[in-house]
Amino acid sequence: MTDLALTTDRPSHTAAPVNTGTLPAARPSPWRRRLPLLLLLPFGLVFALFQLAPIAWVAINAFQAGGDWSLAHFREILGSPWYHQSFTNSLDLAFWSSLAGLAIATLGTAALRRVPGRLQNAVVAFTTMSSNFSGVPLAFAFIVLLGMNGALTLLLQQLGLAEQFNLYSRGGLLVLYTYFQVPLAVLLLYPAFDALRDDWRDAAALLGAGPVRYWLRVALPVLSPALLGTFIILLANALGAYASTYALMTSNYNLVTIQIAGLVAGDIFLEPQLAAALSLLLMALLLLVTAVNQWLVARSRHV
Amino acid sequence: MSKPPLSARLTVWTLVVLLAAPIAITLAYSLAESWGARILPQGFSLEWYAKLWTDQRFLAAFGRSLLVCLAALTLSLVLILPALFVVFYYFPKLKGLMNLLVLLPFAVPPVVSSVGLLQLYAGGPLPLVGTPWILVLCYFTLSLPFMYRALANNLEAVNLPDLMDAAHLLGAGTTRAFLRVVLPNLRNGLLSALFLAFSFLFGEFVFANLLVGTRFETLQVYLYSQRTTSGHFTSAMVMSYFLFIGLATWVALRLQSRSA
Repeated sequence: MTDLALTTDRPSHTAAPVNTGTLPAARPSPWRRRLPLLLLLPFGLVFALFQLAPIAWVAINAFQAGGDWSLAHFREILGSPWYHQSFTNSLDLAFWSSLAGLAIATLGTAALRRVPGRLQNAVVAFTTMSSNFSGVPLAFAFIVLLGMNGALTLLLQQLGLAEQFNLYSRGGLLVLYTYFQVPLAVLLLYPAFDALRDDWRDAAALLGAGPVRYWLRVALPVLSPALLGTFIILLANALGAYASTYALMTSNYNLVTIQIAGLVAGDIFLEPQLAAALSLLLMALLLLVTAVNQWLVARSRHV
Repeated sequence: MSKPPLSARLTVWTLVVLLAAPIAITLAYSLAESWGARILPQGFSLEWYAKLWTDQRFLAAFGRSLLVCLAALTLSLVLILPALFVVFYYFPKLKGLMNLLVLLPFAVPPVVSSVGLLQLYAGGPLPLVGTPWILVLCYFTLSLPFMYRALANNLEAVNLPDLMDAAHLLGAGTTRAFLRVVLPNLRNGLLSALFLAFSFLFGEFVFANLLVGTRFETLQVYLYSQRTTSGHFTSAMVMSYFLFIGLATWVALRLQSRSA
């Protein structure tokens, strides 16, 4: 980038007058050049106190027990079927809802790119709005739609399509999670489809490839980094989700986030350091997923 | 471009129907006089909205949410604008670090942050837990990805160094140049980011519930506490909330398309 090369002498414009005559513009002393850093201070302070410090507290206290460094909390988590279940449940919901959300969003976005611009803009605007429809209000809307006496539940029952759809179960949570993954996935994928050129489709057709082959051999490989990246964000989004599950089930579904919150703000007994250890494992999981994604994207030929 | 095939239109409309279904049903439910164990509602009435918008506790919670979000966004503006300017104008090498840091609020789930926040600010020199202040400060960090990304994109687009050099040549000091030249160029992007961040923060539940709860009841916490009351009443609440954030998002998108 060119502006990086220019930056070293830029502050001199501000400090020295422009018409210095024969003398080259005087360079301000080092401390003067660092003076603007002071403006970063308030921002840095608040960010450090309310974003970095809590993470640091979690990282340190996960390894503390009874005032000493110890791995006791991790041993407790690894030896407990209850916490195992919370991780498997979280991963299970995150994986399937991300996959379903990504599939629906890919189909939807591909179709969206082929309809007129006005409809495209309207649908993107609506998608942005529904991406903010999450958490507690979303859980309530799903109770109205798919709860015990929900309109859709009754309709499905009358049609004999779903005798016992239960919103308050794994299946119900999967539907709920998939719902909030779709708008996010559409918004993330939409710009990526710019990479697909219309003439490729025509070229593929001329060479005798049908739509299916065009998608398998041309479009999906080109889109694969975007699809992978979106999948990872969806996974992280679902793994960290808490509000909608909590609003729907209170604590009756064993998820990592529900367990963490219960350990710091529950009704029975509080174990913040155990919560820290769980949090650290959750963050390690997110990091691992991101690292795998980076590796896959780097290997993909079509970046 | 080839003409849009019917299948594409159908797929798009299916997507819209899927996304709209919970919202549409909630709207119908909030307007129905009663809706027993049947598929269609009986009667039409605005009584649930009337009940909601005269409910003191709801109005108070709504006001508190508004207050916290606006305070957080003001703080965010005051802190981010100078920081962003300093990074982009004086220390562009810090851009990489900033890009990484502002992603943290997205990458670290709020449940995880709240574990540390609860321990750090429950007592000690900053006893903020249970007060609205901790929400304002945490919402500042949550708004960062929106605010920073939008402003950074705009700053890249306006070519800050040239703009500043031109202003300096015409005799403006750095502060004046920033306020009179750079800021007006960022206006639409800034407003759009503010509206988007607002609709996001207005729906925040985790920090509000874990860090403050009923001691300063925000809209989401109130909403949660009403989960056992009439479905019509909560539907009216959900719809009022959705219309409110829907409007904010819509304004944000309008501003965005105008600045593009």
